[in-house]
Amino acid sequence: MNFRTPISKARGLGSAKAGFTHWWTQRITAVALIPLTLWFGIAIILVPGADHRTIVEWISSPWNTVLLIATIIAVFYHALLGIQVIIEDYIRTEWLKIAAILATKLILIFYALAALYATFRIVTLG
Amino acid sequence: MVEFTLPKNSVVQAGKEHLSESRDGTIKRVEVYRWDPDTGENPRMDVYEIDLDNCGPMVLDAIIKIKNEIDSTLTFRRSCREGVCGSCAMNINGKNTLACTKAIEDIEGTIRIYPLPHMQVVKDLVPDLTHFYAQYASIKPWIETQTPAPADRERLQSVEDRAKLDGLYECILCACCSTSCPSYWWNSERYLGPAILLQAYRWIADSRDENTGERLDALEDPFKLYRCHTIMACTDTCPKGLNPAKAIAEIKKLIVERQ
Repeated sequence: MNFRTPISKARGLGSAKAGFTHWWTQRITAVALIPLTLWFGIAIILVPGADHRTIVEWISSPWNTVLLIATIIAVFYHALLGIQVIIEDYIRTEWLKIAAILATKLILIFYALAALYATFRIVTLG
Repeated sequence: MVEFTLPKNSVVQAGKEHLSESRDGTIKRVEVYRWDPDTGENPRMDVYEIDLDNCGPMVLDAIIKIKNEIDSTLTFRRSCREGVCGSCAMNINGKNTLACTKAIEDIEGTIRIYPLPHMQVVKDLVPDLTHFYAQYASIKPWIETQTPAPADRERLQSVEDRAKLDGLYECILCACCSTSCPSYWWNSERYLGPAILLQAYRWIADSRDENTGERLDALEDPFKLYRCHTIMACTDTCPKGLNPAKAIAEIKKLIVERQ
């Protein structure tokens, strides 16, 4: 038997007084990804046929390095925020929800670090 | 996970057929969702054939005709029959709307009537709106001020400030929008839903209210407010032609503005 009133259920644990930053960062990364994805898409189209040396030189040019780092950060940050929202929307079992969000964050941060490390390695060691 | 399929005891089955004996006049086929908590049976779709030549113009008229003349066990809510009370909100041919303002002649073929989606059903077309009303109460839908009311007159409001309430005050809380919102389907325990957020904005937008900051504090929450993903099913379905999605966007804008 549950004697909690409807109002008590509706008010629940109250407002988290957060959520703005998550939502806003998702918009900012989305906007940043419009030009970055375009740039990256064009770059990928030009890659086939290029030899190893050309690609290393392309990545090592300052503009390309910076844009590549920006793309990596924006893509993985945006993915992390977005997938978290999807999990919160659809998974109702509390422990499964927390575990799924945690796993998503760890995996995406690991991939982002790996991608950044690869970029730095190519730039410094060729 | 989210339940995308109905549990076994909720699968809708074929129901009774009340076919018209006379073939004269304009016969309209109406299928209505029926569920009685006392029988323990699955919900079913009953079929009624009604003579439109002896029926009022709206879907509500058809339902009342069925109850009066064919099957008195049919249960539904209705009161004003002119779109101001919100009682007869139901899902008619796939869209949440008010039965009293939905014209029969606008529906081609069979009329299919279900209760508002994804709510507990009390009986037939009557959904349980207890939580919905409790959520409404939770946003404190009344004026909150520090300044005492003037002793000799009303709290004044300019014509321009009053105009900001247009498109908000008309909401009759029929719950058509909230029950059309997938985010509300999946997370209604915590997400307030479009109707309640529009009502919340109605008080945020009111120039006489002095608790705007506290109201925004209470809404800034990953679930209460930010479950809105701008799907816009709410605006699409509102039988009063209001725009809850815009009201929610206005709340989000104010939260950006105060950063």
